Formats: sequence, C-alpha cells, structure tokens
Amino acid sequence: MKGSAHDVTVRINGKPVRRKIESRLLLVDYIREVAGLTGAHVGCETSNCGACTVLLDGESVKSCTMFAVQADGRDVLTIEGLSKEGELHPMQQAFWDNHGLQCGFCTPGMIIQAVWLLKENPHPTETEVRYGICGNLCRCTGYQNIVKSILAAADVMKQ
Amino acid sequence: MSEATALLKRGGGEAKVLAGGMSLIPAMKLRLSSPATIVDINRIEGLDQIKESKGRLLIGSMVRHHALETSELVRTKARLLSETAECIGDPQIRNRGTIGGAMVHCDPSGDWGGSILAMRGSLRMVGPSKERSVPVDDFLVDTFASAVAPDEILVEVSVPLPPPRSGGAYQKLERRAGDFPTAAVAVQLSLDANDVCTLIGIGLTALGPKNLRAKRAEEALSGRKLTEDTILDASAAASGDSEPTDDPLRGSAKYKKEMAAVLTRRALNMAVRRARGRGDK
Repeated sequence: MKGSAHDVTVRINGKPVRRKIESRLLLVDYIREVAGLTGAHVGCETSNCGACTVLLDGESVKSCTMFAVQADGRDVLTIEGLSKEGELHPMQQAFWDNHGLQCGFCTPGMIIQAVWLLKENPHPTETEVRYGICGNLCRCTGYQNIVKSILAAADVMKQ
Repeated sequence: MSEATALLKRGGGEAKVLAGGMSLIPAMKLRLSSPATIVDINRIEGLDQIKESKGRLLIGSMVRHHALETSELVRTKARLLSETAECIGDPQIRNRGTIGGAMVHCDPSGDWGGSILAMRGSLRMVGPSKERSVPVDDFLVDTFASAVAPDEILVEVSVPLPPPRSGGAYQKLERRAGDFPTAAVAVQLSLDANDVCTLIGIGLTALGPKNLRAKRAEEALSGRKLTEDTILDASAAASGDSEPTDDPLRGSAKYKKEMAAVLTRRALNMAVRRARGRGDK
C-alpha cells in the first residue's frame, strides 16, 4: 500500500463503515467503493459539478474534494440515507412530483444540497434557491423544475 | 500544534498544510502539487473561533467561509468581511474552505486578500520555536506566495474593529455565481462628523499579480471630504493602481482597468452609505 495506511471508521447513513485505507483515498471513493453506496456520483472530479455532494456532520460538502481519512469518526449522509422506512424524504417526493430531473445524474447531489439549503434557510426565495444550488451543475440544464421542486419541498416541509 | 509544526519542519519544504483543501486537493488531482507529506490541521482545537478582543476581531485560521458569512458578530462589526464571505465559490466550498487556507494560498483572484488589505489586518503564524505577526501588506508576497515559512502554520487573521461612522463594501464582478472574480474591489472607510475621510483602505482582487493595495486611490481620499468628485477621482486612481493582465476567459487588461474604476466607485458609495447609516443610530 502506497503511503501510510489509516484505520478509519466513518458513520455513513448511521452505519459505521470501517476499513484500512490509503491516506490519498477520496471520501467519495470510500463511499462508493468501500461502503458500496453509489448514490453520490463522480461527475467532474474537479470540485465543480457537485454530483458528489454529501452531508458531513450536517454540512454539505463535495466528497470528491476531501480525503476519506478526514471523515474518520464523523457522520456522513448520502442520498441513500434520506428516505425513512421506504417513505421518500419530502425533498425526494418534491423532485418526483415536479419532474425535477431529466437524466438523473446530478439528482443525488442536488437533493442533498437542497436539503442542506432548507436547513439553513427554511423559506428561501427563488433567487436564494438558485444561488443555493450554484455549486451543483445539471448538464441537461433542467434547472427550472429543480428550483420548482425545492420551492415545493419548502412549502411541504414548513407545514 | 507542536506536533504539526514538527512534522512540517521534518518535511523540509516537501510537506504541505491541509486546511479546507479547496485549492490543494484540486491541485493535487491535476498533479500541479504532489506534496510528500500532508499535515491536516482540521483537528487542531481552537483554530475555528471568531472573537472580539481589545478592539480587534480575531478570526482563527480554520474558520470556514460559511461561518464568517453567517456570524452575527462579523455582520454587525465588520460588514465587509461577511459580504466578502458571501461571494466566495459556492455553498459547498464555503462550508469547507477556510479564511486561513485562502490567505496562505495567495491566489491573486482570492476574495479574502483584498478585503483584509482594506481592513489593514494582520496575520499570526506559529512555527516550531516561535510565533510572529505580520501586517497583511507584508504577508502577501507574490502570486501564490505568502510570508508563511514552510514550517509555520497560520493560526489567526485579525482586523481592527472599525470606529463609529465606518462602512465597508465588497464589489465583485463575476461571469456567473461561484466563479473567480473578473475583478473585485474591497473598501473600508471611516468618516468624521463632516464626512471627512479619517480612515481608508482599498484592496484590489484579480487586478494584479497578487491582491494589491490601491495606494494612490487611498491617498486621493485620506483627509478629504467624501463627495461625488473625490469618489470619482479615487476610482480613477484605483484603476491606475491596478495591474491586470489579458486573460482569454475573463477579459482584457483594458477592460479590467475600466472595471476597477467602476467597482471602486460602487464600493465607495456603498461604504459611505453604510458609514452614514451607522452614524444615524
């Protein structure tokens, strides 16, 4: 193994995942290759597209721009951890209801970022939603319905 | 901290500090940077605090941009800094990136350098055997080169708290949300009861080989009454102070020089409005 090996445990969607890894392994690769959760996507690998967005201790981060060792002992939430007992999270439901996706590649990152956005600002304006997802690219350019979905979820979630 | 600086010393220039990683990790992926050792300072305690002490605002080097954006203390006491934080990168980058990492990176397009220049801040570094502070003008050495030695860690960015009737503003021109600036100007000023400018700081971003102080623009305002005319004079002087280069993505040097004047005028006007608003209270 090149470089130093680290024994890390990352709690992903509430479940501890332990493995000895290289220090250079990226968090997104830990999530996908070690934990086997392929919801967080590798889109650009240059910190631009946001398809790999996950929550780290509740804060949205691009998991391709962090080393997995940095998440040792911390909590990660991916798209797979959003639904509870087969029930979609209100944000997932809003994307479903409002056709908030086209090809779906950006969707996991979009939804996680949108969940963080509403945690920070439960009643965003349309402009605030657009700025809130400026770190997430949709190459189908389907932003209209994504924004609509997030605003709809905000309406549902405040009830 | 002592373990971290010892590791850096042992690395002898081949070791690199990892703060937020928003520039270092992308640079490593592109093989622009291949450090032999990485010293992650994210778990060193006490570097993520924002405090007020003896007339200064003390910002730990590991304070994330998002914390500066949302801190009530920063918003009320140093509006320029919260306004700067708001326009850095995108939300995920602000959740992770740190003011210290950005300062040490010394990217001439980095948003913090100009604003810390405008506020006449200083930076405190800790090395294996001693610590020292330097004013921001000495800290920003050159393109991607700060005054931090290979075995030192930047631990704090501090700025003097502005007196009453002060205002600051950050004006950034960007192609789209989350982009590096085409050009940006930071202003921090204080007025006396007759609107005479008693303190002035103007920092330029993406307008030279590093973040620059607009010296002639500051001289054009210092001790003068702020009027439409003096603001226009200072804006023209700021354009003269700038040293932009042609850039295929974000425009010609000529265009950026014109934008330097426009952004300086807007930032001065906003800073004056804020200074007066505070005086009215």
